[in-house]
Amino acid sequence: MKPFRDNPELAKSLCSRIRLLASRVGHVKFMNFCGTHEWTTVHFGIRSLLPPNVELVAGPGCPVCVTPSYFVEQAIRLALEGVTVYTYGDSYRLPALRAVDGCRSLEEARALGGKVRLVYSFLESAKEAREESLFFGIGFETLAPIYSSLLVSGKVPRNLKLLSLVKLTPPAARFAIKYHMDRGLLPLSGVIAPGHVSTVIGASSWEFLPKEFGLPTVVAGFEPIDVLAAVLLLLEMLVEKKPRVVTEYRRAVRWEGNLPAKESMGEVFESSDSSWRGIGVIPKSGLFLKEEFSDFDAYRHFNLEKVPRSERDLEPGCRCGEIIVGAARPTDCPLFGKKCTPGSPVGPCMVSVEGPCNIWARFGGGDVPGNGR
Amino acid sequence: MAELIRRTVLQEFSLRRAGKVGLDELEDGATVDVDGKTLVFTTDSYTVRPPIFPGGDIGSLSISGTINDLAVMGAQPLAIACSVVLPEGMGVEEFRQILRSANEVSREVGVPVVTGDLKVTEKGALDGPIITTAGVGLAHRLVRNSGLQPGDKILVSGSVGEHGACILACRHGMGTIFSDAAPVLPVVRAAMASGEVTAMKDPTRGGLAAALNELAEKSGVGIELEEGAIPVSEPVRGLCDLLGLDVLGLACEGRVVMGVRGEDSENVLREIRRAKGGEGAAIIGEAVREHPGMVVMRTCVGGRRVIPMPAGDPVPRIC
Repeated sequence: MKPFRDNPELAKSLCSRIRLLASRVGHVKFMNFCGTHEWTTVHFGIRSLLPPNVELVAGPGCPVCVTPSYFVEQAIRLALEGVTVYTYGDSYRLPALRAVDGCRSLEEARALGGKVRLVYSFLESAKEAREESLFFGIGFETLAPIYSSLLVSGKVPRNLKLLSLVKLTPPAARFAIKYHMDRGLLPLSGVIAPGHVSTVIGASSWEFLPKEFGLPTVVAGFEPIDVLAAVLLLLEMLVEKKPRVVTEYRRAVRWEGNLPAKESMGEVFESSDSSWRGIGVIPKSGLFLKEEFSDFDAYRHFNLEKVPRSERDLEPGCRCGEIIVGAARPTDCPLFGKKCTPGSPVGPCMVSVEGPCNIWARFGGGDVPGNGR
Repeated sequence: MAELIRRTVLQEFSLRRAGKVGLDELEDGATVDVDGKTLVFTTDSYTVRPPIFPGGDIGSLSISGTINDLAVMGAQPLAIACSVVLPEGMGVEEFRQILRSANEVSREVGVPVVTGDLKVTEKGALDGPIITTAGVGLAHRLVRNSGLQPGDKILVSGSVGEHGACILACRHGMGTIFSDAAPVLPVVRAAMASGEVTAMKDPTRGGLAAALNELAEKSGVGIELEEGAIPVSEPVRGLCDLLGLDVLGLACEGRVVMGVRGEDSENVLREIRRAKGGEGAAIIGEAVREHPGMVVMRTCVGGRRVIPMPAGDPVPRIC
């Protein structure tokens, strides 16, 4: 990984080319779409390297952050009623807005005797589940084939039900772009598309960005050099006025994506409207089990709503809804670093290690004093 | 943790001082004035799980930890007290192993264990041994956390994060990383004999990030770090990448970070590198007048970011 990380010379040359091109455009605003891109951006101080007119904002790239409180509440209720709930570590601590029997998270439910099991994978739960169980199936397109291939293989026991909370990233990108346009914010000028997701769905999935919105798009890797190169490529396309999709992450991403994975997803899942925490309902943005797999469908088995329409999904004062679409910075939130910290998160963006607030809190995102030394 | 201590301990105790440095300062130890001399006094409890890990165990850790707390205040350790609480049913052989490695450290630095206590708790009350050590030392020149001044260079005595990474690797079953647990006394002696050391800390809980934030805050200066200069071993870097951890927040148990007068820094670095445990020492940054109380790092690609005080301890009981 060294050429893409510990490479100050290349970084320097990329930065000087970025500065040159940036002088030929006005104020530009690029959105990075992936929690891991935001991690790289903060961890390596990328923003401090960019000229003042090149803004980099974080997008809805954290599946834990956008899972509605309703599902956390239902999972807590089921765990307390004796259903074994399997979950990843991140969603384990996800705070619910409304307490269920005094519990605000699966972690608290377990402390009170609820059946909650932490696992690293769906496979682990499939091997382990003996009683009536639910898998809290968050994720983006990267996790969907893992769920679908296991279901297709027939290795999932009937007593284990999948609560598919899988979200699709292209509809969320469309939503975020419109959000900035509709609210009179400075519109986005380009998108750094998610690298891992694109290994599955392919760079071709982002073609609508230049076609419909005229937005240059770069599918980028996750090292600091990748992100700097992506910014440079976006600027090049802006200056040339030729927006298109460019794959910078060529060591992993193909134009058409991973066809067997896509096929397995198509066999098991179908897309439908889905609710995003702090954002609302985004059309065709969720994956749900097809009729053929309804025996494994937690929505059907436990009689859960697929698209909960909650009036309010965030604590008063919490600005996760704006932060997750890049319309506000974590440090703009009055709770950030005060009432809301990684040790005791209030908003969903502070929970997951891929959440923008969590990343900013742990790695010092925000303005750097004495920059430009 | 410091916040919790302020809210509870500092509020409940009325008499908190017997010399220049008392409980309120929350340093690695306190001073006691005796006939014009400065005794340094410190104590620490050790609960690490697993109690035996690659490169050491709770025994060696507890002795070197207390030696280190005395050393970073500039004191020559004189004697150690060691109290042990064992869970009922723990094997005598395992206990012996822990005592033997504690003894090894005590012999290595020539500091005797002169008193102590041993208790066994009923089954189920503990999941492993707890060791509490205390130590006294004599300081001819006290080194404080608040002594850093603009222009001082920041030195670290070796590669960082190895103890934290060792324990995490044990817990996650991710291969063997050796802990750096060791007394830093030889390094501290070499440093103090070869230049003016203005501030010192052993970067234990919260790692380099916590230690430097504390030095910056207590000294009222800013710290500028150079990421490329911070020594990190390949296995530790690899584990951090895998688990998404910040190496700067991982504990060290055999390292010291210090501020040294700018003009003395090269000399001190050379001498530290000759001392046992200081072979991998490096100058990693500088104290500055700007942004007092804040640590800012220039990253490996030239970007700058603030290094925040690690919030809470993500992995409890690493020491």
